Amino acid sequence: MAAETHKEPFVRITKRASMPFYKAWAIRAAAILLSLVVCAVVIYLIVKMNPVEVYATMFKGAFGTKRKIWSTVREIMMLLCISVGLAPAFKMKFWNIGAEGQVLVGGIVSSACMIYLADLPTPLLLILMLVASMAAGALWGLLPAIFKAYFNTNETLFTLMMNYIAIQITSFCVALWENPYGSNTVGIINSSTRSGWFPKIMGQDYILNVIIVMAATILMFIYLARSKQGYEIAVVGNSENTARYAGISVKNVIIRTMIISGAVCALAGFVEVSGSSHTISTSTAGGRGFTAIIVAWLAKFNTFVMILISLLLVFLEMGAKEIASVYHLNDYASQMITGIILFFILGSEFFIQYKLVFRSAKGEAKK
Amino acid sequence: MAENAIELKSITKTFGQVVANKNVSLNVKKGEILALLGENGSGKTTLMNMLSGIYYPDEGQIIIDGREAVIKSPKDAFDYGIGMIHQHFKLVDVFTAAENVVLGQKGGVRLNLKSVSGELEKIAKMYGFEIDMTKKIYNMSVSEKQTVEIIKMLYRGANILILDEPTAVLTPQETEKLFDVLRNMKKDGKSIIIITHKLNEVLEISDRVAVLRKGEYVGEVETKNADELSLTEMMVGKKVSLDIVREEAEERIKTLSVKGLTCVDKDGIKALDNVSFDAFGGEILGIAGIAGSGQKELLEAIAGLQSCESGSSIEYLPGEGESHELVGKTPLQIKELGVSLAFVPEDRLGMGLVGTMGMSDNMMLRSYSSGAGFFTNKKAPKELAEEVREKLDVVTPSLQTPVSRLSGGNVQKVLVGREIAQSPKVLMTAYAVRGLDINTSYAIYNILGEQKKNGVAVIYVGEDLDVLLELADRILVLCGGRVSGIVDARETTKEELGLLMTKYTETEAAENGGGNS
Repeated sequence: MAAETHKEPFVRITKRASMPFYKAWAIRAAAILLSLVVCAVVIYLIVKMNPVEVYATMFKGAFGTKRKIWSTVREIMMLLCISVGLAPAFKMKFWNIGAEGQVLVGGIVSSACMIYLADLPTPLLLILMLVASMAAGALWGLLPAIFKAYFNTNETLFTLMMNYIAIQITSFCVALWENPYGSNTVGIINSSTRSGWFPKIMGQDYILNVIIVMAATILMFIYLARSKQGYEIAVVGNSENTARYAGISVKNVIIRTMIISGAVCALAGFVEVSGSSHTISTSTAGGRGFTAIIVAWLAKFNTFVMILISLLLVFLEMGAKEIASVYHLNDYASQMITGIILFFILGSEFFIQYKLVFRSAKGEAKK
Repeated sequence: MAENAIELKSITKTFGQVVANKNVSLNVKKGEILALLGENGSGKTTLMNMLSGIYYPDEGQIIIDGREAVIKSPKDAFDYGIGMIHQHFKLVDVFTAAENVVLGQKGGVRLNLKSVSGELEKIAKMYGFEIDMTKKIYNMSVSEKQTVEIIKMLYRGANILILDEPTAVLTPQETEKLFDVLRNMKKDGKSIIIITHKLNEVLEISDRVAVLRKGEYVGEVETKNADELSLTEMMVGKKVSLDIVREEAEERIKTLSVKGLTCVDKDGIKALDNVSFDAFGGEILGIAGIAGSGQKELLEAIAGLQSCESGSSIEYLPGEGESHELVGKTPLQIKELGVSLAFVPEDRLGMGLVGTMGMSDNMMLRSYSSGAGFFTNKKAPKELAEEVREKLDVVTPSLQTPVSRLSGGNVQKVLVGREIAQSPKVLMTAYAVRGLDINTSYAIYNILGEQKKNGVAVIYVGEDLDVLLELADRILVLCGGRVSGIVDARETTKEELGLLMTKYTETEAAENGGGNS
């Protein structure tokens, strides 16, 4: 017997059976802890600072003062709203990467209402803004959907290009609405009358933001999980052939779903303009249309899990900004930390799905 | 030299908590044909995949030609002289047969096809293949493609050949040819392992039969001491009866009348050419034909999934009430007309079911839109899923487990269960038992028989002619998209069907040949 030919591979990857809920979360928690340890080493090696202090500063940056907590909440709501908007499209496997543009058109229409209809009573104006901005977003989602449904164009490219159109329109509007003249910004709209601004509730600025976005989150969850239309979205996303077989009109579902997706993304634009920045610029969306793609994927299109993921990403961003300013580091150091943590979280999903089997000592002994 | 080509010793392979093979020990002698039998999910394919380098066993040893072997990749398997012919061929369509054979072989940058074709001819002559190696793959029939796969393995020096369900796509005549080749290979001292569900073929071709049940090795018998019943009992582990009950229909009512049906595929070739027939309630109409003769298009045209040329007519006659023309209607419109049509398509997970959803949600696929309101009714589908699970013995961890994780037989039961639950007037099935074990297959035959008794017009597209002869009342034979005959299943023979299946291709080939010379 030529025993020396027997060499089991040192490590093999095998698929796990389904894992209990708590165990999966334990792995994720362990991944975050581990990422913090790795970050600590990196921080120490590069900038020779006490990692614990750096973490504390990060935490302070996001939750240090009441004002900071509220701005963190505001940012979470913004990111969450866009992610919720992406959920139905992504569940249908329609890769809508045009959220950035859909947010912007929502913001433009909201701003236009605030500027031209400032005399209307605020409740009426707000409702009008809500409806008009969502309609604009729906249109922005409708265009790529029609082309996808009837001509089978590539929706990824199409929605991406629509972003640039939206950015150009925004530039045009900024020039049009410039205030004061020559500043190249729109400035705070209706800063004296606060017309079209979200009202303060219980003395807080951002309560209405929270209410609107949480309502959208809950409604979207129910829509996807319980409604007939949500079921159709899931079937189309799984296999168009199955959908046709079941008598589902794939074209209609694509168009309808993208109208909803675009409208909810535009809702985020409305909330941002009316409820937080009270101005419009080409950076109103600020890349969150793309960050939301990460949120939607990490949450596996479950809108409630999106709350947690948005919280984590916003916390990291706020914390990173804080350490950048407190320690006079440039952005790259903090971005590295964000990158490391995300890497570990994504990596943990691999260990939830698969396990590694090492060459066993028993196998060695046998030969 | 060792007497055994392969010895498997205590092979165990698990996927998560599922034990696919448990402590399996098996020998294959040199110069023998071993049939590997077992129900669906009994671990046959997993075991063979460990020989061909796709999986690696968790425990146990593989001994090839007396030496312990480690097969970590398909390349390792080749080096040990093991070649596996999969159900889905792995050939490059735009290459010729010869080019496919030499693809990926060692050698200089320049390909010397001349010396290769000499060698190929030698192989073909030796084993009795009839094939033109300069023909492109896309011009070949399924049987020819299979031949190319086998020649490819032999050219690469395979001594042990594993065939996974090789006859599923062949006509009886082609099967006979394949078996002749296998016998020649056996004479040459090669070892062959054949996986098949067709017991008559096992009895015809093999020397020995090894049986797996639920991942465990049950035992082996010499083929000459076995018969269909004894093999089935070994496989299932209990006594079973292998009879298809074909009752005479009490009353036959014309339910579907197809006239002049013509469909064109996207390349402009006629997939169906002037097909006309009637289907009757209380009758099973079998449809036979070589794979790709228009079976798929025919059923999809009736279901409203395939556009038809003008002049086509599919008339649905509901007994009482007015008749409906189905050509030009979408599945949704057909459903809204109240036409009760059940369809078990060939592509179970790609068309009939939603793979990522559980049984419960899959039950909704046909009925989710019924009833008023914005929300789905989740209760009724759940009850239906429970009922199907119980009645058809579906093995699933839960009603929420994605159906794509179930074994082939269970997937089919879920699909058939749902379609029958609609209490249809017309039930169409495409390859309803493909890849299913004998026990499940007979369960499906019995279900179809019951449906017929209830007055349903059953259209059964099948590939096993023995079953078609036993199960169907009439058999329609398709050949190249045309109806080459409609025969009474009680009168006809397998040979007649086989001839009808190739009627037009044979005459056309003769015509073309005559024209060229």
